[in-house]
Amino acid sequence: MIRYLARRLLSLALSLIAASIVIFAVIEVIPGDPAAYMLGLNASPEAVEALRDQLGLNGTAFSRYLDWAGGLLQGDFGQSYTYRVPVAELIGERIQVSLPLAAYALALTVLIAFPVGLIAAARRGRPADWGIMAATQLGIAIPNFWFAMLLVLLFAVKLHWFSAGGFPGWEGGLAAGLKALTLPAIALALPQASILARVMRSSLIDTLHQDYIRTARAKGLTRRQALLRHALRNGLIPVLTIMGLQFSFLLAGAIIIENVFFLPGLGRLIFQAITQRDLIVVESVVMLLVFAVIVVNFVVDIAYGAADPRLRRRR
Amino acid sequence: MFNRLKLAIAALALSASAALAAKDTITLGMVLEPPNLDPTAGAAAAIDEVVYANIFEGLTRFGPDGSILPALAESWEISDDGKVYTFTLHGGVKFHDDTEMEATDVKFSLDRARAEDSTNAQKALFAGIESVEALDPRTVRVTLKNPDGLFPFKMAWGDAVIVAPESIGKAATHPIGTGPFRFVKWVKGDRVEIERNPDYWGAPVKLSHATFKFISDPNAAFAAMMAGDVDAFPNFPAPETLEQFRADPRFRVIVGSTEGETILSTNNKAGPLADIRVRKAIAHAINRQEIIDGAMFGYGTPIGTHFAPHNPAYVDLRALSKHDPELSKKLLKEAGQEGLRLRLMLPPPTYARRGGEIVASQLRAVGIETEITNLEWAQWLEQVFKGKDYDLTIVSHTEPMDIGIYARPDYYFQYDNPAFRDLMDQLNLATAPTRRAAILGAAQAMIARDYVNGYLFQLAKTGVANAKIRGLWENAPTQANDLTGVYWEE
Repeated sequence: MIRYLARRLLSLALSLIAASIVIFAVIEVIPGDPAAYMLGLNASPEAVEALRDQLGLNGTAFSRYLDWAGGLLQGDFGQSYTYRVPVAELIGERIQVSLPLAAYALALTVLIAFPVGLIAAARRGRPADWGIMAATQLGIAIPNFWFAMLLVLLFAVKLHWFSAGGFPGWEGGLAAGLKALTLPAIALALPQASILARVMRSSLIDTLHQDYIRTARAKGLTRRQALLRHALRNGLIPVLTIMGLQFSFLLAGAIIIENVFFLPGLGRLIFQAITQRDLIVVESVVMLLVFAVIVVNFVVDIAYGAADPRLRRRR
Repeated sequence: MFNRLKLAIAALALSASAALAAKDTITLGMVLEPPNLDPTAGAAAAIDEVVYANIFEGLTRFGPDGSILPALAESWEISDDGKVYTFTLHGGVKFHDDTEMEATDVKFSLDRARAEDSTNAQKALFAGIESVEALDPRTVRVTLKNPDGLFPFKMAWGDAVIVAPESIGKAATHPIGTGPFRFVKWVKGDRVEIERNPDYWGAPVKLSHATFKFISDPNAAFAAMMAGDVDAFPNFPAPETLEQFRADPRFRVIVGSTEGETILSTNNKAGPLADIRVRKAIAHAINRQEIIDGAMFGYGTPIGTHFAPHNPAYVDLRALSKHDPELSKKLLKEAGQEGLRLRLMLPPPTYARRGGEIVASQLRAVGIETEITNLEWAQWLEQVFKGKDYDLTIVSHTEPMDIGIYARPDYYFQYDNPAFRDLMDQLNLATAPTRRAAILGAAQAMIARDYVNGYLFQLAKTGVANAKIRGLWENAPTQANDLTGVYWEE
């Protein structure tokens, strides 16, 4: 177990180093000077040069990489060029929106997908199953930004139940914060729930063909009892894998939804930083997301063990 | 139980009376978030759209009609040779951190902006200053290298606001000015909040609190207006929906003009474009109204030179480049440039992307093929603006009175004409308004006759506001959301 953990940690560290080099190199190649962007069309070349000096943009690429990577190791993400505040502070503010939003959306996803997937598997081939399959197909096909706009038009513009977007901040109270995240979370959750429900259904149907289910039925369990007590737990592994992927996606991939609801999340931070060539912010946030994805995968691995004791022992 | 009921009724009555009193807060929508809040160290229009006239003030300021009004300077005297400006400052002016604003702060601000290591985006505004002296706490003497009739105009820019040495270091995140509003907080990515400054030296503002909310997506901006989350959107990003707002009595559509000359910038040193006949052919190939209708939903004023049509010194030179495809073809033939291929680089704004496609089809009609490349701003600045690696591009020059850029031979359109530079030198020496207008007229004609760029249209300012809001700027003599005169009609 300890050797296994050490191996995992080493591969985690190597992945991070490789990621940092790739991220830095890609950003180095993109044309565009943050100082020129900040000073605009009328600026004199001397003013741009003075700003480049101030921002520390004049060193070699290698020395800048070392500065940045060295800073990261000590937990220092550097200073944003355009906002002029520590990047850690920016990330800290944004993650207060992105993380709860991702968790909220994932919770909705699970709340919808589990029962729906179970019903579809239990009623396989019957009208309920057909209906669910058709609905989830639609859920996957609908672009989530379009669905988001429909939600806004109905609940914000027409009914005035919610605001059209924005985030009041958690200091305005938990309820106000959650309310602001509700429409975005629903918009994010719909396609994810559709995917997860389908995975759940097919995984359950697979396990229903297993010998141990036949045994369970033979010893007198009803179809429903067999499904809930034996098939569900065995069918969870693929579901957990997908959920891990979905959480990483929700954390990093909500850019479009964040734009539709003008939420100050990580996605919009990266988007803005790229257009403004606030390179250090881009580098650090992408690095953080890579880290998050790797950690989520790690957690999913451990969750497999919880769901399936056989995997735990094999290690 | 009865007590609780009484309480509820009291609460109801309270909220009702609050609703009856005139509303004194406002939420404004903005497309772009300012990168920081220090107007003296960045060109982003979004900075001035938050802080100009609200938080920071200069010696002078722009009025809603573009006139130059006194601000921190109560009055000024100009010496007979036009070189020495003596400004008398208002007394009792305090910065938001409770320190006095005095002549030494003015000296500090101007010296800082023109210093060697200054990162002021409009350093040229201060280039003519020889020295700044604080004679006494309320008197500042600015000596110029040459007479400059435009000096009070230059001091009205957001880049020339007066700041204090003890607070400017933190202005990027916590701006401290002398204005009628003071900074409250900035939730990055979401909003900036400001509130009335109770110690303001001038007339107090009617609004007690204002919020600038950043919404970049046009659909989101539309929804936010419709849902009432935002009270006004002075530069509304979805012009196609303006008719819908116009038809709705809850809203008012505000259409004004800006200082943005939108031009088909031409690289005057790029091969065939160095030939004036080719540039003239391009100018005659363009149908301005078609671009305004097709790209801007009809909002915009056609221009024939690089000058704002609402300026009294504007000369209408559109006839020099009227739409005449036959003439274009003839000119191209004369120049031996039939089958010309040019690169058209387009930055992100709609006027460029949509306008570029229309320009390309108009050029095709006279036999010029264009290869369109879409660029992000940062890339555009690097390749087109700095590297001058382009043939044609479309961009709106939004700084007020910026015809002087044609006197910079290394500027990205590479117009190099000593006669024009001579005109600009004369302009700097002229102080009499009639003389200035004459020189400006000559300068406008010179660049129009040299067909330096294709002159398309003056960018319009299209905004939407709640119908009960009064006092928002209609035009944009500078990029600002001046809230000092804004109030809710009861």
